[in-house]
Amino acid sequence: MAVSTGPKILTSRFELSDGHTIDRYLATGGYRALAKALAMAPDAVTAQVKASEMQGRGGAGFPTGTKWGFLPPGVFPRYVVVNGDESEPGTYKDRLLMERDPHQLIEGIVICAYAVGAAQAFLYVRGEMALAQERLAQALNDAYAKGYVGHDIMGSGFSVDITLTWGAGAYIVGEETALIESLEGNRGMPRLKPPYFPASKGLYLQPTIVNNVETVSNLPWIINEGGDAFASLGVPTSTGMRLFAVSGHVNRPGVYEVPQGLTTFRDLFEAPEYGGGIRGGRKVKAFIPGGVSAMWFFEEHLDMPLDKPTVDKAGSMLGSGAIVVMDDTTDMVKAAWRVVRFFARESCGKCTPCREGTTWLERILDRIIAGDGRPDDLELLLDVSDNISPGLAWPPRQTTICPLGPSAVSPIVSALKRFRPEFEAYLAKAAQHRESAHV
Amino acid sequence: MSDALVDAEAPAAPPPPPSITIDGRRIEVKPGELLIAAAERGGTYIPRFCYHPRMEPVGMCRMCLVQVDGPRGPALVVSCMQPVADGMVVSTEAPNVKKAQEGVLEFLLVNHPLDCPVCDKGGECPLQDQTISNGPGESRFVEEKRHYEKPIAISELVQLDRERCILCDRCTRFAKDVAGDPLIHFTNRGGNTQVETFPNHPFASYFSGNTVQICPVGALTASPYRFKARPWDLEEVESTCTSCSVGCRVTVQSSRNQLLRYQGVDSDPVNWGWLCDKGRFDFEAVNSDSRLGSPRLRRGGELVEVGWSEALDAAGALIARAIEQGGPTSVAVIGGARGTNEDAYAWAKLAKGVIGTDHVDAQLGDGLPVGVLTGLPQATIDEACQATTVVLLAPDLKEELPVLYLRLRDAAEHRRVRIVELSSMASGLTPYTWATLRHRPGEQSALVRAILGNGDKNVVGASGEQLDAVRAQLDAGPVVVVVGRTSLAESPDFAVDATSALRDALPNATFLPVLRRGNVRGALLAGLTPGLLPGFTARVEPSAALTAAWSTVPDDDGLDTTAILEAAAAGRIRCLILLGADPASDHPNRELARRALAGAGSVIAIDTFLTASSQHADVVLAAAGYGEKSGTTTNLEGRVSAVSAKVSPIGTARSDWAIAADLAERLGADLGFDELVDVQTELRAVVAALAHVTDEALVSAPDGVLAGGPATSRTLQGKHVEPPLANAYAYRLTVSRTLYDAGLGVARSHSLAGLARGSALHLHPTDAERLGVASGTEVKVVVVADDPDRVRTAVMTLVADADVARGVAWAPFNQPGDTVGDLLDGSVVVDVRVETL
Amino acid sequence: MPRLSDANLTLAKEIIGRFPRPKSALIPLLHLAQEQDGYVTTDAMEHLAELVGVTAAEVYGTASFYEMFHFEPSGRFHINVCTNISCQLVGAWELLEHAEKRLGITAGGTTTDGLITLEDVECIAACTEAPCLQVNYRYRYQVTPADFDALVDDLVAGRLDREIPPFGTLAKVRQHVPVERWAGIGTEAQAQVDAR
Ligand SMILES: Cc1cc2nc3c(=O)[nH]c(=O)nc-3n(C[C@H](O)[C@H](O)[C@H](O)COP(=O)(O)O)c2cc1C
Ligand code: SF4
Ligand code: FES
Repeated sequence: MAVSTGPKILTSRFELSDGHTIDRYLATGGYRALAKALAMAPDAVTAQVKASEMQGRGGAGFPTGTKWGFLPPGVFPRYVVVNGDESEPGTYKDRLLMERDPHQLIEGIVICAYAVGAAQAFLYVRGEMALAQERLAQALNDAYAKGYVGHDIMGSGFSVDITLTWGAGAYIVGEETALIESLEGNRGMPRLKPPYFPASKGLYLQPTIVNNVETVSNLPWIINEGGDAFASLGVPTSTGMRLFAVSGHVNRPGVYEVPQGLTTFRDLFEAPEYGGGIRGGRKVKAFIPGGVSAMWFFEEHLDMPLDKPTVDKAGSMLGSGAIVVMDDTTDMVKAAWRVVRFFARESCGKCTPCREGTTWLERILDRIIAGDGRPDDLELLLDVSDNISPGLAWPPRQTTICPLGPSAVSPIVSALKRFRPEFEAYLAKAAQHRESAHV
Repeated sequence: MSDALVDAEAPAAPPPPPSITIDGRRIEVKPGELLIAAAERGGTYIPRFCYHPRMEPVGMCRMCLVQVDGPRGPALVVSCMQPVADGMVVSTEAPNVKKAQEGVLEFLLVNHPLDCPVCDKGGECPLQDQTISNGPGESRFVEEKRHYEKPIAISELVQLDRERCILCDRCTRFAKDVAGDPLIHFTNRGGNTQVETFPNHPFASYFSGNTVQICPVGALTASPYRFKARPWDLEEVESTCTSCSVGCRVTVQSSRNQLLRYQGVDSDPVNWGWLCDKGRFDFEAVNSDSRLGSPRLRRGGELVEVGWSEALDAAGALIARAIEQGGPTSVAVIGGARGTNEDAYAWAKLAKGVIGTDHVDAQLGDGLPVGVLTGLPQATIDEACQATTVVLLAPDLKEELPVLYLRLRDAAEHRRVRIVELSSMASGLTPYTWATLRHRPGEQSALVRAILGNGDKNVVGASGEQLDAVRAQLDAGPVVVVVGRTSLAESPDFAVDATSALRDALPNATFLPVLRRGNVRGALLAGLTPGLLPGFTARVEPSAALTAAWSTVPDDDGLDTTAILEAAAAGRIRCLILLGADPASDHPNRELARRALAGAGSVIAIDTFLTASSQHADVVLAAAGYGEKSGTTTNLEGRVSAVSAKVSPIGTARSDWAIAADLAERLGADLGFDELVDVQTELRAVVAALAHVTDEALVSAPDGVLAGGPATSRTLQGKHVEPPLANAYAYRLTVSRTLYDAGLGVARSHSLAGLARGSALHLHPTDAERLGVASGTEVKVVVVADDPDRVRTAVMTLVADADVARGVAWAPFNQPGDTVGDLLDGSVVVDVRVETL
Repeated sequence: MPRLSDANLTLAKEIIGRFPRPKSALIPLLHLAQEQDGYVTTDAMEHLAELVGVTAAEVYGTASFYEMFHFEPSGRFHINVCTNISCQLVGAWELLEHAEKRLGITAGGTTTDGLITLEDVECIAACTEAPCLQVNYRYRYQVTPADFDALVDDLVAGRLDREIPPFGTLAKVRQHVPVERWAGIGTEAQAQVDAR
């Protein structure tokens, strides 16, 4: 089975042991794109990004060029914030990009800052990623010393600082407005929408572009090769190469750079150059297509291409490129419980339904797994879920500020809809147990 | 004629006001207003917990979800965050709205202890009310609830029960955004989120009681009220706080004839629902065991309890004898600023119209000349808060007029009003000022003249650039000058001179005088000031109405309080009447006050307590206190509003006006006042400025009615005073009041009494270091003066304090154990030396 | 309890200087405090409050939101075992159980010698290397029980002291920007906006 391939846009230096150094970066074409961009008008740089039709890689898949266009004209200062908080379970790619090719990211940041006219850029790295912080600190120190960041970049007269900063353990800070709160030194609680995009009011209520690490890491290639070249990769509805982390029950879990749209989930799970098949030759029972916030997919979705509109229409999302494969030995109640526990612990606590509801869901599932389930528990799970995300629909409707609360509903609805008997088996055992205790 | 032609000829009709449809009913809305507020005005109350109309919405509780039809179909939105748009169609009753709201309520209850029967809030709890009307019948939550240690004291006044807390962010938002004291904060995350203080940093905000009032559950409770009553046992009446002259609107609540609680009322022009903790909790003083419940008469050196007729006879006799022996001018009346307008008027009539003395003053030598009210164009609080620039020539408003501080802070923080502070030391408002220029005590008018460009720019510390920037700002738009007595150790002449200079230079500026005692403005207007008759009319030009009501007016202009005390000390006052005044504590020249009390032929006190002054009286007449009497009061803007009796006076205590009427009778005169309404009728007839302040007007405008007056008069005359040169080894003293002091409201309220900071001399840390004295050490403070009579000394505790400028010494006035009062002698400025003991 | 040392105070000021508003530096500063003392002390929080111009309650409000900060002394090494979905699928709980047995503590606890704190944590972004863990935020991939035992042996013997600094230290390399390379546009522009 031949899979579609494409150029290594993002991972070209991943195999090099010194790919993170400035010398290797320069020796492999680094900072050429920056020089090229600085010779262009800022608008022309944005035009290339628009032409690339790149969708953001952070989870929402919003077109990057369009987002940049939301900046209110004439309002300054503006900021660029790069989201390196990667914490969605199953997601593993931004850390690699930061550890193995930090200069590619830095070059992308300066290009972005130049295009949007930013006064300063902030690179917010997840707190737990010590090596990424070290590599980026070193890379930034070198890039500053060599004139690629800071005052008068490459003699162009353009100046911008990049401040490296980092979090301290809170998934919700990946949400862009929470990230901004955190960057202001506050508790990472999402802001109310509208405004829907920080582009109009972001850091310090100034116009701010928030982009994901992978999104920004694509920029040097886009500038070097042109937006059209990027758009010609993948399919028109999902352009470019993209990193997918395939984890769980495959023989070769890994992070793979593949052309979007031309690759299917089955390719990723089975092709020898990717997942290499389900472990032990077993069957896929379910898989999470785009991070644990997503609705689960099943066998019937295996041949679906990694194409945003297709996956959206099927009732889930590609999200953060995190694919978790569960084979037919998996206990679906426990799988759902683990994901719910995650959201319960990571709720920021701002919205009542999320704060109280996710904890409640976790505790009901705790009880079911502990053998203390009650007959009404499954209806209760669904009704509590419905009070967090009315209608249990996709895309989720929410009674909350951000999608975290409703995300906790995805595993429950997915697992309960498809594998209800597994839940009922737990309840039956509990009932039996209670009865025998009575006698 | 065609319709088109009609349209063309008619003036363009104004566009119809925007409207929305709620549950099928059309209501008019204000552009940009929040849906939850518009709905409420239109008669639809959307349930809410976190929304509070005086704070920025946070949309946290999610209770106020409603359905709004949008371009992509109907959607649930939180109405506290949603601005209205013309044509919006809203449902608050759709099944999915009800389901969502019930869901939120259920979520709020899963961890709520439901200990309503033992909760202070039970019976007035929004959560309880919502649960009863909309809540789930039976709990589906079978797990163990969240547990926290039961109430923890987060300050001396407030306790927090975290199990009851629903994390609405009201208290924390209030603390940060309204009070500017972010000492309580959310901590932890998600289901573990709680409200906490930092270890050893209690929620010591002057405004902490507001958090108790706005808490939508019983998580925050006030120590002075905890477990005192159940809401359904409370009776209440709306009134006005008279603890200071801001005049916040309150409800006074009682049970079984005892005052139990004050709650702030949202008065748009004044307090927006907020109160300071002193005003909120000093009802304890009214209930105090040490209140005077009956008159006292001095017999054999002792004050003994007597009946009213005996006390009144004795007092009347003392006055009569004084008049007989020394003429009317041997009688003087000090005080009256703590009572009602009616009290003040009755006393003005007794003193000036019956006794015939003009030695009458409601201020205690710690205010400003009455000319700041009569000789300056006046401003309101709202006008100050909407000005382009506010100039502060005032004491620390956070300490003296706390809710005015909140209003100005809000103006600076949220309305971008620029505050220019000219002062000798940092104040509560300093962090919110646009510019702060420091001057040494006594150099206020020199600084103002330097700013205005008609003074020596070198005399003050500010740079020429700063002075120019401030000058330019004064021309940038409307200016309101807030003027008050900044320091009791300085002559008021500086403030008057500075103020009149500003008035002359800024033809459009208006002025907000901030005299601090509760009803000082009302008392002055009612005639308790020398040289003027009620309504600020000149003594020599009584109005026809006055002449009709009064049998006489004084022959000569009288003395102000300081001069009265001097006359008394010199033996020229045969009868000194203290109308709720305690000059021995409150007058800046305490030594003079003591001599005056000793030197006066006799002293009559009308008071609620035996004070440092009234304990020296020959007769003490027990006065009704706050909440025990009705009438009207006038706040610092001149806004007249009702004060209402809620409980009957303690013992046989009586209103000041009634005491005046009875004393008049003893003097053979009839004030014509049998009932309060008699006083009110005459007051409104005699004082033209109050003619429109009728009962009906006060009912239809409970927030109060502005007194009319010589609003445009520009007659205030400044007097240029040259402060003496500062001695390089001395510190120039500044003395001012703090919220918690040894005054009656604080000292006799047991919850507040311990909050007074205590007497101390504050020096800049560098100055303290130079002296080689550690903070907390006792030092000897000596007045520097050539005249040996002026050299006074006091022992005080030294405190290093970065808020004080170098070369300046600050001491809070009238603290428990106060000694700084012994240093003040009414000189232009006071310089002191500090010596180690 | 200690405030920031003089050296760390200098560093703190440098960090603050890289943000348009001082409070933005709070999380890096809290890390600095934790690096200094092994946990975030109340004195340090009071010091940070002074440095960035907020109350101590606000500092703690921020700090306590984030999991990585500890407010009481804990182990010199934090072993954080990921039990989230990708790791759960391939034996994370079994690994954690083994770890608890080996160390004689339950997740959340610290060994009596104060050397190791064990934690059951959410996804650490190494999902394709499951089951995985971090020791003071340094990764170990595809960890078997034997790997775990070897790791503990190494930690006890001090063999990893060079690779793994004590709890609190994150990056061993810091961002340093020479003054002449720093553009400073953000701070200046923001100050102008903030000055109204
Ligand atoms: C709960 C939640 C968590 C998120 N976590 C991340 C994250 O860890 N990294 C990320 O880049 N985006 C994350 N996002 C998406 C961001 O809000 C934002 O859309 C993204 O950073 C924008 O970048 P992009 O347009 O380049 O994708 C998260 C969103 C939500 C709602
Ligand atoms: S949905 Fe949850 S995580 Fe998101 S803002 Fe609300 S409480 Fe916070
Ligand atoms: S009142 Fe609207 S969310 Fe709380």
